[in-house]
Amino acid sequence: MISIRKVALAGAVALALAPAAGIAQQSVKIGFVTFLSGPAAAPFGVPAKNAVELVVDELNSGKAPGAYKTKGFGGAAIEPVIIDEAGSTTVQVTEFRNLVQRHNVDIVIGYVSSGNCLAIAPVAEELKKLTNFFDCGTPRIFEDNDYKYVFRTSPTATMDSVGAALYVKEMKPGVKSIAGINQNYAWGQDSWGDFEASMKQLVPSIEVKTSQMPKLFAGQYNAEISALLSASADVIHSSFFDGDLEALILQAGPRGLMKKSLTILTTGETAMHKLAAQIPDGTVLGARGPFGVYAPSNEYNKWYSGGYQKRFKEMPNYASYQMAQAILGVKLAWEKAQQANGGKRPTNEQVAAALENMTYEGPGGTVKMANGKGHQAVMETVYGQTKRQGGKITMVNVKRYPAEKVNPPANMKSADWIKSGFKGN
Amino acid sequence: MDQILAILADGIIYSAWLFIAAVGLTLIYGVMKIVNVTHGSFYALGAYAGVSLTGTWIARGLPVEWSYAVLALSAVAVAVIVAPLIERGILRFMYARDEVVILLITYALFLILEDVIKLIWGVNPYFVAEPYALLGSFDIGGLPYPTYNLILVALAVVSGGGLAWMLQSTRVGKLLVSVIHDPEVSRAMGINVNRYYLVTFTFGSMLAALGGSFTSPTVSVVPGLGVEVIVLSFAVVVIGGLGSLPGAALGALIVGIVRSICVHKAPELELFVIYFVMAMVLAFRPRGLFSLAEPRKI
Repeated sequence: MISIRKVALAGAVALALAPAAGIAQQSVKIGFVTFLSGPAAAPFGVPAKNAVELVVDELNSGKAPGAYKTKGFGGAAIEPVIIDEAGSTTVQVTEFRNLVQRHNVDIVIGYVSSGNCLAIAPVAEELKKLTNFFDCGTPRIFEDNDYKYVFRTSPTATMDSVGAALYVKEMKPGVKSIAGINQNYAWGQDSWGDFEASMKQLVPSIEVKTSQMPKLFAGQYNAEISALLSASADVIHSSFFDGDLEALILQAGPRGLMKKSLTILTTGETAMHKLAAQIPDGTVLGARGPFGVYAPSNEYNKWYSGGYQKRFKEMPNYASYQMAQAILGVKLAWEKAQQANGGKRPTNEQVAAALENMTYEGPGGTVKMANGKGHQAVMETVYGQTKRQGGKITMVNVKRYPAEKVNPPANMKSADWIKSGFKGN
Repeated sequence: MDQILAILADGIIYSAWLFIAAVGLTLIYGVMKIVNVTHGSFYALGAYAGVSLTGTWIARGLPVEWSYAVLALSAVAVAVIVAPLIERGILRFMYARDEVVILLITYALFLILEDVIKLIWGVNPYFVAEPYALLGSFDIGGLPYPTYNLILVALAVVSGGGLAWMLQSTRVGKLLVSVIHDPEVSRAMGINVNRYYLVTFTFGSMLAALGGSFTSPTVSVVPGLGVEVIVLSFAVVVIGGLGSLPGAALGALIVGIVRSICVHKAPELELFVIYFVMAMVLAFRPRGLFSLAEPRKI
């Protein structure tokens, strides 16, 4: 018979151990913000959400390879809270505060829209909450301000535009004129501005035939396509994304626009599988870095791409790679900080310090947190031309540009770097 | 000269698309005095139904030439199924309320239908490119235009012309005009006003669905498709005068041509030109270009 004394002792031991066990099992709650509705959901939001589901499951079950094999974040399970990025910037700021103050998340990873990133960054700093932007492109976030708690593990739009200009110069050395069709807001204007400025540096005599700036989500581009056809530029640049990109391809294809001029679609990778029959051979596609079809053949890409295709029956696009890369970067920083903290759960400040200036390998290759005082990633970028084979698009004439060639040095703003003739690297 | 031709062609194509999207809105307002925000939902539903049914049709190896009929039938099906449900199930209980209240109700319905679309079709994009490229292209001013655009122009002419003919030359149309002018007197004269409301709402919604359905081969059909359309449609009918059929036609033509001129000659102005035109028209004619005279009731 078990004596009352023994039961009491066991109870006391259990009570004494309970808090310690609780701490060991306390999960890491991460708020994920991406588009679950609206036009940006299909090309960006849903693939990013898929990446969250896949990577979190793999990490929690300890199935990730190499540097990521520890379960969860340093042994603590990841508890995701996924919310919709759709709605105004004001709504997003409110939702961010809800994530931090009501859901009590430990970290926030998210945001596709550059406008949202610009608005969230100061709020994250005010609330002292580690926030990692996974996709938005504007270089202004870390060029105009310094942050302690805010990071971006994906490259900026400057890289896309400079890479596009270098590719055009390399593939079409005699280029004399350019034209553009970009969405009329921060992303489109910045992308075209950087591309135009880069082309003027690379080919000083370049002529800008026309710059079309239709409204975001306009959907109807007959007149713009006519203007571009009339302009007969050697090269057409577009940073269109989501449904606008798909509509442009559908409407421009039958009119021969992409055959008439060398057309460079800086986010074209998101449409290449869905619209394989509509994208003519020779179209230049970008993936905002070495993602998707341009991802390197490393163990992380084999794990991520293979797992994604098996689970979701489709190829992962660049937005999903960027989300995976964002989670993996924070995981490594968390574990580095935890180790430095004697194995105890790290604070946001400790994780931020660990993530600063970190270099790590992910499914897209090497990520260097080299700019924005160690808060902004730089990566290599890749462009190639389409060639349809057996009903599927393959990429030919693929050119890779090292990170240092397509990103400004740490002490320079993107616009100044381009104007200087890419000096400083 | 080539550029003028291109400007006119682009302007007319855009006007045709706008008119198809907006004409149902002005018809419903003219008859029922409802500023119907669900019009955008019917456009989106038409697009989704069109792309789904036509995609299935083509995927089954059935003749692609018939895909145009499938697009049209999709729009009719959407309107015949959904519009009566909304009109009989919800709107008819609200007719006695203020116009602003009904506007808010249609806005709520618009939001609900947006979510219904996501429940049915999800958030992934749908495409059916074949009908757009099938008919080949023709040249205007040295520029190739898909012949499919002529279908849009023809659809606009037929829907506008047919509506005008119906209102002016048929018994049903004349009775409808009397309902437009005074539903109470019409009811007193033995006209079944409720039936006319049902038919008008269904027919107006069908025009929106037709717009969406015939636009679907040229765009990526994604959630939120109806938002941009409803904003532009309101701009067109406000320029023309709420409830005016010729006003909607002229409004669409003005917007289409002015926008086309901007795209070709001053693309930096394109973003704001439609609303500039609207502001100018309203500054000089606050009720639109073809505002209908309202009889004074004693």
